[in-house]
Amino acid sequence: MNSPQANTPPQSSAHLECARIAASKPFKDLFAIKRMFIVPAFIFFLLNFIGLAVLVGSAPKLASARVIGTVNVAYLFAIAQFVLGWTIAGLYLIASAKFDRLTKDIIAQVDLRQIDPTQINAPSGGN
Amino acid sequence: MSVSLAVFLAFVVSTLGITWWAAKRSRGASAYFAAGRRITAWQNGFAVAGDFMSAASFLGLIGLIALQGFDGIFYSVGGFVAFVTILLVVAEPLRNTGKYTMGDVLAYRLQPRPVRALAALSTLTIATLYMIAQMVGAGALVALLLAGSGIGYNTAVVGVGVLMMVYVVFGGMLATTWVQIIKAMLLMACTVVLAVLVLRHFHFHLLDFFAAASQIAYHSKGELVVKDFLQPGLRYHPPHGPLDLLSLSLIFCFGTAGLPHILVKFYTVPDAKTARNSVVWAMILIGSYYVMTSIIGLGAAVLLGPDDIVAHGGTNVAGPRLAQVLGGDIFLAVVSAVAFATILAVVAGVMISASTSFAHDFWTNVIHRGVERKHGESVFVARIAALAVGAASILIAIALGPTSNVLILATFGLAVAAAANFPVLALSIYWRRFSTGGAVAGLTAGLLATIGLIVVGPTLMGVDPPGAVRHLIQAKPWFPLENVGIVSVPLGFLAAIVVSLLSPELSAEAKFDELTVRANTGLGAERASAH
Repeated sequence: MNSPQANTPPQSSAHLECARIAASKPFKDLFAIKRMFIVPAFIFFLLNFIGLAVLVGSAPKLASARVIGTVNVAYLFAIAQFVLGWTIAGLYLIASAKFDRLTKDIIAQVDLRQIDPTQINAPSGGN
Repeated sequence: MSVSLAVFLAFVVSTLGITWWAAKRSRGASAYFAAGRRITAWQNGFAVAGDFMSAASFLGLIGLIALQGFDGIFYSVGGFVAFVTILLVVAEPLRNTGKYTMGDVLAYRLQPRPVRALAALSTLTIATLYMIAQMVGAGALVALLLAGSGIGYNTAVVGVGVLMMVYVVFGGMLATTWVQIIKAMLLMACTVVLAVLVLRHFHFHLLDFFAAASQIAYHSKGELVVKDFLQPGLRYHPPHGPLDLLSLSLIFCFGTAGLPHILVKFYTVPDAKTARNSVVWAMILIGSYYVMTSIIGLGAAVLLGPDDIVAHGGTNVAGPRLAQVLGGDIFLAVVSAVAFATILAVVAGVMISASTSFAHDFWTNVIHRGVERKHGESVFVARIAALAVGAASILIAIALGPTSNVLILATFGLAVAAAANFPVLALSIYWRRFSTGGAVAGLTAGLLATIGLIVVGPTLMGVDPPGAVRHLIQAKPWFPLENVGIVSVPLGFLAAIVVSLLSPELSAEAKFDELTVRANTGLGAERASAH
């Protein structure tokens, strides 16, 4: 099986079928709820991490302020990045259960022969 | 030393067994390049974690924390951060729209030949930078462990190089993945034991441990100083330090999400959902690993002291030496053997991503326009490429010898990935108006800016007193920062965006809906092989 996507001319049946899916309401809904989770989570996490660098660089006094024993703000903020990363990963796993369900519904409506005829008759994808 | 040799030989024998098993099973390109796409989520999680937990993040990171405290800990946080980028932005679309390499995703909408040629070039650049770092780590370990045994730096480098070639040439991605899984387990186990031993020294009173870490006495420029190692600023101090740190954090946000040897791992799983779950596995492993390395690194600062570390083997062997102090010669042997296994496994992982990109992107798709003239040709070319790059890296490593901190070296590879690979990868998945011209401009600008600024920066340029020459170029650095991300990452994005807007490409825009549908639904994605 040669890579189907690389050689597909824009006017193929797969192209038309994908254009139809892209314009359909279920797909637009899926895309919208995915974006609603991913964009804010991603931006929040990155800003938070860059915030650590900015805090350490611009407010060394605050960063070195001790909170518990000799443990300071900078160290706690650093360790908090791990906790925040894990939390976002957990929330994403929960949210993606819904993404997967919606995706399944979309695929059920698709004529798979239009997308990639090679995968209907040939169960082995090895090449 | 004999224990070290025994542990290392056990690892080599079992991984060669895996290679033999993988070689028997490996038939065809999908099996060789992508392990037949049958790796499970936890397996891939360990393999990705293993790929990332290199000599740099074991030997280099512990040494950096032991000498520079919090500023080293910033590297451990940074290493973890990009996995959120991979999870949310990269892993699933990559798995759904590509076949073996990042170049596949770019070529989906864009003119395949120019973008694949440049993607292969940046992949080989990153691979070389990573490889140098790993080989230097191997050399430093040997200098510590086997001094006086007759096995020198050169022999060790050749040994690592040859073994790595055997894994890659005969076992392909399946063998490389399993080597990586086993190594990740060994490294995690060693790290847990080392962290527990450090804390046991303080009777598991965390606050006592941190109190000790806040009063580290050592000699700096001939004077005895006492520093709080939890306090930032030991490495990145004014005037340029704060900007350098910000620059570094930009590299960390995106770098790993553009590393070829991490990206290829997501083609080894059957579907996007497994890819997603494997990132979460990797995040759990890497996150807990990095929390523990911060304890081990500070532990080395407290229990060995910076003076002792600098005097005995230097920054790259602080971890193994801490193991010797806490667990005796046997534990030193085990930790060193595992560190060696780590180097071996990561070099193999980097190697296979480089040879895959050369064979699939450059040979098959650029030179021969996507047509495999003979069945099995691309695998054959990949094997030859692995031999060639392996031989070249052995020679470079021997020429360089053990020099600076391996983590800093590896971070240069990360900088190329953040400025060249990540912008074009993200834009080709998420931006309708992205064009071939934009991809070429982004990859070129990111690559040239990163390498150029590193060359004229303080790592390679500087004026040293006579007799203590440390810099390659004896002149005042033209660029003040060690980390170039603050210029190169925005430049990579900007070049890609501006040139795309100036050179619209209708065919690329027309395929955007198709790419979006495939990326989000997995329709038409490459499947796992049947057996």
